[in-house]
Parts: sequence; structure tokens; C-alpha cells
Amino acid sequence: MTAPTMTQGAASSVSAPARRTERRRRLPFSPWHLLLAPLSIGFALPLVWLVVSSVMTNAEINRFPPALWPHGIDLGGYRYVLGNAMFPRWFLNSCIVAFVAVTSNLLLGALGGYAFARMRFAGSRVLLALMLATMAVPFQLTMIPTFLVMKWLGLIDTLGALIVPSLVTPFAVFLFRQFFLSLPRELEEAAWIDGCSRLRVLVSIVAPLARPALATVAVLTFLATWNDLSWPLIAINHDAHYTLQLGLTTFQGQHHTKWSAVMAGNVITVLPVLVAFLFAQKTFIQSLTSSGLKG
Amino acid sequence: MRSTGPRTPRPLTLDPTPAARAARRRRARGETATAWAFISPAVLVILGLSVIPLLWSLLLSFRADDLVTPGRWVGLDNYHALSKDPAFRTAVKNTLIYAGVYVPLSLAGGLALALALNRRIRLVGLYRTLVFIPFVVSATAQGVLFSFIFDPEFGVANSLLHKIGISPQGFLSNPSQALYVLLLISLWSGIGFCVIVYLAALQDVPAELVESARLDGANRAQVLRHVTLPSLTPVTVFLVLWQFITALQVFDLVYVTTKGGPLGSTTVIVYFVWEQAFQNFTAGYGAAAAYVLAIGLVAAAVVLRLYRRHRERTEATGLAGTGVVQPEGAGR
Repeated sequence: MTAPTMTQGAASSVSAPARRTERRRRLPFSPWHLLLAPLSIGFALPLVWLVVSSVMTNAEINRFPPALWPHGIDLGGYRYVLGNAMFPRWFLNSCIVAFVAVTSNLLLGALGGYAFARMRFAGSRVLLALMLATMAVPFQLTMIPTFLVMKWLGLIDTLGALIVPSLVTPFAVFLFRQFFLSLPRELEEAAWIDGCSRLRVLVSIVAPLARPALATVAVLTFLATWNDLSWPLIAINHDAHYTLQLGLTTFQGQHHTKWSAVMAGNVITVLPVLVAFLFAQKTFIQSLTSSGLKG
Repeated sequence: MRSTGPRTPRPLTLDPTPAARAARRRRARGETATAWAFISPAVLVILGLSVIPLLWSLLLSFRADDLVTPGRWVGLDNYHALSKDPAFRTAVKNTLIYAGVYVPLSLAGGLALALALNRRIRLVGLYRTLVFIPFVVSATAQGVLFSFIFDPEFGVANSLLHKIGISPQGFLSNPSQALYVLLLISLWSGIGFCVIVYLAALQDVPAELVESARLDGANRAQVLRHVTLPSLTPVTVFLVLWQFITALQVFDLVYVTTKGGPLGSTTVIVYFVWEQAFQNFTAGYGAAAAYVLAIGLVAAAVVLRLYRRHRERTEATGLAGTGVVQPEGAGR
């Protein structure tokens, strides 16, 4: 399967200069590129196609076989989507839900995590165990009664129904607790002795040190709320309260012939997540692997 | 919240006088109040929206209920009906096929890619990003994109097949292909997660171990077989369970692309639950189906817990350097 040169470390090996130039002439780069470049391009291709098809004209999309590359950039799809009265509204709804969820997960998660990490109070162990146990409960099991709880609260078919369940997750509390436990106590002790309140210590001493934990919770909360479809699908009926993901599903049916508009809408839905990912790549990957390995 | 203590610093090692002891007791009482103020919002939301629904769901599964009119108690009838329902059997079968293909392929593909991406060559960062990026795209966006790509008439997939002389396929509209097309889409996005986790784990394979194996004359394949793979075992166990749980819970992609069709060929358990509760208005029946799914998940979680306890006992160090630290060790 592998070429014989692969085991040699190819161009980067530290052999005699003459041999190196000879090998260089055969292959001026590591042979692994021959495997990895096409593979990774293959992974990116559907997303490239997403962008490409969003700037195609209808004629290019609707002919058979369809064009593989557009002749020019046609922004008709984007104009159509943004001109739609509902689409900007859905975007705004998604932003509101994600923003509130991120902010409140940071706030309530840090407060709860700090109490579990640093304070002694009756029942803390039982409560913590109970919270951890809820992480194992699949959403699908609770989705029907959660709908009933939201109905009882009178929130069904409002953005409130989307916001309340995502206000704080056990994962955020747990992650903050673990992070705070890893900070040395001595940093805070001086402030306690000086009579600082717990809240003051948390805000002005602990929180600035907890940036990695804050970033992790923010990134994962944003991803989860922005990308969710199943809960909005259950909780929302009226299209004025749709999120972007929910809107996109109806969009597909309504505008089946206008694929460029559907794809333009899709690009706008995916873009914030891609930007967030590229912006916070390191945190993102670290948080996924650490949450993964530590469960 | 309030500052009861004196403002002057005092040494902690002094024997507490009765007055100081009383002050500390007062402080502890104040602390309990503060602690509860800190955790009560989280406790209210988390327990209110998981423990209550969990019990409510169990109750529902013993009732005939449409979520609108008052239901009535039917005992185990829902579970009885489920065991005889061919649609539920199909959903279970589809879910198991889905998990049975998705889990091994995503792990094998993820491991192979991680091994290939785990070297210092130019552009490797870009390659990693490209492989991982589909993971952050929502299942909705994936579904919309791929129902366009796999459209029998206008899709680019058939256009490419046409170019290499293969007749057009039905893809998502063909009952014998649809589930496997969905699998392909989820693999496209799900492999990235396995790659990232394996890449992180490969960093933790002790370099000295690899080096000494090489010195003893082991070739690459032998190092992989006897050194690298064994040290990846804990991560593999975790990924098997994680991907299994992900596969059991698949819903969004199915909803967007096929809505369980054609002819029920892509109806999975969660889709079945949703359909019963919110389309057919038989919420009790749906809740019973959800509990059947939950039993599968609980079984998976128990296995994970047991394995972890076993690992904690055998190696106290755990996986260092991967982010969140667990200073308490096995204190749970």
C-alpha cells in the first residue's frame, strides 16, 4: 500500500546532500501529501460545492447534467433570501437564543461550579452527583415531558421555550468545577481573609484566571444552541419564532426549484459556525478532546 | 455578598478563641446561604428539566395521552403494543444497522486518518482543519446540502456518475439506498471528531516506548501493532460508546432529508418517538418507545462507568495534558 520512499522520511531526512538532491528530484515533497491532500480536499468538497452552487444562476443549476462550476458569480440567491421577510428574523432569533444561552451558561455555570468547587454546604455531594447523572440522560427521553413543562410555563411557541432549557447545562457547571479545583486555593485565601465576599473573589480573582474554561463553555454552548433543530421543531409553531435551522427546513420545501436561494440560505446558516470555529480553533479542539477523554 | 470578617489579616495557625470560633460558625452559616444563592439557578434549571421530565416520561409511558386532552392509565399496554408494532421493529432494525455501520467505520477511518495526520509535514494543520470542519456544520445544513447533491435529477452526484458512465441512482429516494446514503453523510461529518480525539491521544503515546521499540528492531507496523494501538485502547473504548450514543440519537439529518421514508427505510428510533408524540398525538406510546431507547443508552453508560472505575484503579495517573484536570482522582 505504501511506497518504499515513505519509510525513509523522504525530503526531510538528514542524509548526504548528494542523495538528498537526488531524492528531491524524484519527489520535491513528502509522499504523505499524495495521500493527505486529495483526502482532505475530498472532505472539503461538499462545502465548496455549497458555496459554488449558491452563486450559480438557475439555468446553470437546472440543466442536466448540472454545471460543475459557475460561469460567473450570480448573487440572485442571496438577494432572494435576504429579501425574504422572514429570513433575517430567523437569523436574529438564532442570534438571540445563542447569545442568551452563552451568557447565562457562563454566568450560572461559573457560579454553580465555584460553589461546588470551593464551598462546603449540606447536600453538596448529593446535588453534584445528581447533576452529573443528568448528563447521561438523553434529550430524546425527556423531550415529550419537557414540552409539557414548557407548556405549563406558558412558553410554548415563544423564544422563551428555546432559551429556558439552555440557560445552564450540567456540563458547564461540571467543567467550571473541575477547572476551579485545579486553581491553587492560595490565590483566593488572602482575599477571603481580607474580608472579600465570595462573589467579589469569583469576579475579580478567579474569573480572569478561568479564561480557558470560559472559552470552552462559550464555544460548546454556541455550537449546541446554534445547530439544534429537534427542540425548536417541537417547541415552535409560528414562523416568526423560527430559528435559522428550523427556517432552513421549510425553505427547502417552499423554494425547491430555486436551489441557489436554498444554498445561499444554507451558507448564511453555516457561516457563523465556520467563523467561530476558525477563530477559536484551538480552544474548540481542546475542549472537544478534553470533554471527550474526561467525559 | 457580605463581609463579616475583620479587615485586618490574621495568621491562620493560631488556636481559635471562643469568640473566633463563634465568628467562624456565623461565617459558615453565611457561607451556606451564599453557596445556595450560587447554585440554585443551575439546580433549578438542570434538575427541573431533567429529573421531573424523566419521571413524567415514565408516567406517560403507562398512559394513553395526546398531550392535549386528559389521558388515561393503560399500564404496560404501550410496551405490549410496541413489541408487536412492525413500524417500531423497523425503526429498531434501522437504528441498529445505522449504529453497526457508523461506529466501526468512523473509528477505523478516524484512526487511519489520525495516524496519517500525525506527522510534521507542511500544510498538515490545513489538512486537519479540512477533515474536521464538517463536524461543526449542523445536521440541518448537512441535510439540505446533501439532498441537493444527491438529488436524482439536479444533483451533482449523478452528474459525476454520468461522467464516468454509471447510470443515475435514486439515492435518498431509493428505499434500498437511502439509509446508506445517510450513513455516508454522517460519516463525512463524524469522522472528524474521531480524528481529533485520536490525534490528541497519539500525543500521549510515550515517545520513549516507541523509541526503545525501534531500537529493539521493530519496524513501523510492529510499533503500531504492539506499542501505539495498545496505548490507544482507553480512547477507543470511549469513542465506541460516544459514537454509539450519537448513532442511537440520530434525528435531525433524517428529518431534513427523508422524513423516515421512502417506505420507512430510514425511520430510526428517535424519529419514531417524535412522530408518535408530535405527529400522531400518541405521546404515551412515544414515551414508551423513548424508554426502550433509554435502556440501550443506560446499558452503554453503565459499561463506560465500570470500565472507567477499572481503569482508575489500574492506573492512577490517567491521561495527562489533555485539558481538564481531575485533581480529586477517583474521588467520585
